[in-house]
Amino acid sequence: MNIDNIKKEFPIFDNKIQNNDLVYLDSANSSQKPKVVVDRIYDFYTKEFSNVGRSVHYLAVAATNMYENTRVSVQKFINAKDKDEIVFTKGATEAINLVASTYGQKYLKPGDEVLLTELEHHSNYVPWHYLRKSKGVKLEFADINDEGEITLESIEKKITTKTKMIALTHLSNVTGAILPIKVITELAHSKNIPVLVDGCQSAPHLKLDMQDLDCDFYAISCHKMYGPTGLGILYAKKKWLEELPPYQGGGGMIREVKKEGITYGDLPNKYEAGTMQTAQVIAFNESIKFLNTVGMKNVMEHEKKLINYGQEVLRKNNSVKLIGNPKNRGAVLSFTIEGMHPHDIATILDEDGVAIRAGHHCCQILHDKLGLTASARASLGVYNTKDDFDKLNSSINKCKKIFELK
Amino acid sequence: MKLTELYQEIILDHGKNPRNLRKTENFNKDAKGYNPLCGDKVHIYLKLNENKKVEDVSFEGEGCAISMASASIMTDLVKGKEENEVKEIVEDFLKMIKETDQINTKLLKDDEKTKLMCLSGVKQYPMRVKCATLSWHTLTSAIDKSQNEINSEKMEI
Repeated sequence: MNIDNIKKEFPIFDNKIQNNDLVYLDSANSSQKPKVVVDRIYDFYTKEFSNVGRSVHYLAVAATNMYENTRVSVQKFINAKDKDEIVFTKGATEAINLVASTYGQKYLKPGDEVLLTELEHHSNYVPWHYLRKSKGVKLEFADINDEGEITLESIEKKITTKTKMIALTHLSNVTGAILPIKVITELAHSKNIPVLVDGCQSAPHLKLDMQDLDCDFYAISCHKMYGPTGLGILYAKKKWLEELPPYQGGGGMIREVKKEGITYGDLPNKYEAGTMQTAQVIAFNESIKFLNTVGMKNVMEHEKKLINYGQEVLRKNNSVKLIGNPKNRGAVLSFTIEGMHPHDIATILDEDGVAIRAGHHCCQILHDKLGLTASARASLGVYNTKDDFDKLNSSINKCKKIFELK
Repeated sequence: MKLTELYQEIILDHGKNPRNLRKTENFNKDAKGYNPLCGDKVHIYLKLNENKKVEDVSFEGEGCAISMASASIMTDLVKGKEENEVKEIVEDFLKMIKETDQINTKLLKDDEKTKLMCLSGVKQYPMRVKCATLSWHTLTSAIDKSQNEINSEKMEI
């Protein structure tokens, strides 16, 4: 599969959006879906549908096998040691909530500290905030530097004897900074602190290796990696999944239920209560196959070239100010234009079919630090081309003309 | 509707050079508004005299051209009106944004109505409606002092 010609795998680009060719620069928000994924959902519902893990009829057995096949594909994709370390959730948000809630319940006491960073998305802050209320846990934030990065040093500075968890993003959805997770994990483990990584922005764009990163928990959002909505993945080292209490109770996660007591099922069923997102999980296998066929190395090279080109184009545009200047940048370019609010930019760009995101991108703490209420953000997927950045730039010039900016 | 119609001269003018963007001295009513979706903030200050007439009205805040223009035009038009007249204008404005494209109140002159009707186009952009209405809901809140802070996520529109 040639990455330069990959747009044709995505049916959304076949149609005009409000009479325009779609220039989709909002993949950090959610990616478009290749036809193979959409078809898989249709085929499963029309020809193969059954619930999984319960009945013993033909369809149920086949569906269960397909569901479990995705687990193995995910395990291989992120190089986890064991397939039981892969838990399906309703999203990365639920994955982080699961860890914050169960780890907090079992291990955290008043005065204990959880170390976050100023780059965190609200989904890696709010679940920990609950522990402030329920457990008297203290939250600390590692500071960003002038380039919008989090370094090993900024983490080290905030670690104390009270630090009981470090929860941080792998790739900032605003500054685009890629964090040095491996060395941070080494440092954390030398002090017996577990590490949770929010991998929402990294999983679609970087080659992942859980055994190499060695983090304890890793949260993934499937709809950002060319998969269906309503699905996320929690990777957790087996010892944690065995030690931590269950998260939600219900069917499918139990071994034996008696009036006087309950025993819980084996991994990973212990964390998959109730009917799961069967069709989404089965279709997500196609997303993984798609990425494997393209090759993550090719994805990374393609997106690196594009992001460099995007920076070059936008830097030449006098009115545009890029947010962050990380040495190691992922597929995200956030910017502001002096004299124009990001929402006005996004609305005017939309008229040309250029879809970007405007707002605080669920990162209010970071925007406060940067002295901004909002920013505009162009983010990439495998289907983007240099042409998309040229169109973005010419639409930005149209904004400037309407707003009479120089 | 074309966008060019939304970003008209009047909106751009008021958006870039908002009128009454300051804090009224000796205000006797105020309220804050906040849009959690985009982080836009507005703080409305009102000075009513003993006859409940708006002697001065002003606002502080930051936001997009639509929200700044809306607050700017609003403060211009309600100055000198009585409290119940202000409420009638607010109601008429919200009705225009929601359903009709017209401003019907007899309390405003034709050229004033035209200014407000520039904003009726936001109807086409549901995510932007809140930008146009935040300051108006906040003005109502200042008059009624029903809530300290208007949160656009809890607003009807």
